[in-house]
Amino acid sequence: MAESFALTEATYYILLSLVRPRHGYGIMQLTEELSGGRVRLAAGTLYGALNALSTKGWIIQLPVEDESRRKEYRLTEKGLQALRCEVARLRELADNGEKILLEE
Amino acid sequence: MESRKTIRKWFWVWDFEKEEDWLNEMAMNGWVLEDVGWCTYHFVHCEPGEYNVRLEMHPYDESYKAFMEETGAEYAGRMMMWVYFRKKTADGPFDLFSDIDSRISHLDKIGKFLSAIGGANLLIGIANTFNPSRLGWINLLVATLLMYALGRIHGKKEALEKERLLHE
Repeated sequence: MAESFALTEATYYILLSLVRPRHGYGIMQLTEELSGGRVRLAAGTLYGALNALSTKGWIIQLPVEDESRRKEYRLTEKGLQALRCEVARLRELADNGEKILLEE
Repeated sequence: MESRKTIRKWFWVWDFEKEEDWLNEMAMNGWVLEDVGWCTYHFVHCEPGEYNVRLEMHPYDESYKAFMEETGAEYAGRMMMWVYFRKKTADGPFDLFSDIDSRISHLDKIGKFLSAIGGANLLIGIANTFNPSRLGWINLLVATLLMYALGRIHGKKEALEKERLLHE
């Protein structure tokens, strides 16, 4: 069972981006695109998060043959599970919000 | 017209945001950071507002430099633990941190560094007090200053933590 706590927006979009292999800049672009320009990941924040998520075992860095190439990352099984839990948690939040606001 | 210039200037560690603001003002006036030294800033002429400049405490890390360059930023130099980057305004907004958590961990990093060298100076200072040279007071003075800096950094961190209680 994956841990159930709120992910930050940055973590959430990073995990979402890494369902398929992507490099750092690709994550920044996809996040901006998915959120309609609302969420911009700054490079330092992203770098720190990628290291923390690797240590946690939620993502892995893909092996590179050529050192000069951009490093790519992707989700692990554990990361995928955490992402699924988060989507369920967010759905609960949004459903409750809509339900209560509709009654008003 | 000269295309390069060097300015000597001192910033306290807790004023790193002011240092960044000053570097961006310089860029607005057509001088972008090219290299840094001890209390020394080297600038090269640019179009006014052509660049954004950012700085951060980050130990030497080649892969971070490569990562930043991947995102379109240019490395502008390093002084001790501080690293400086710049990015063309035309290539999009440039920030190093985009959420409270990463700002807090940056302040943590600064705090840990200050505690480490502050603690070392305290120990050396105490040891040297019993030394015939009687120069221990210098280390004790440095340690006091570093502890003051630590307090300032901690204050910034507390303000951010308070903000984080309500939102990311």
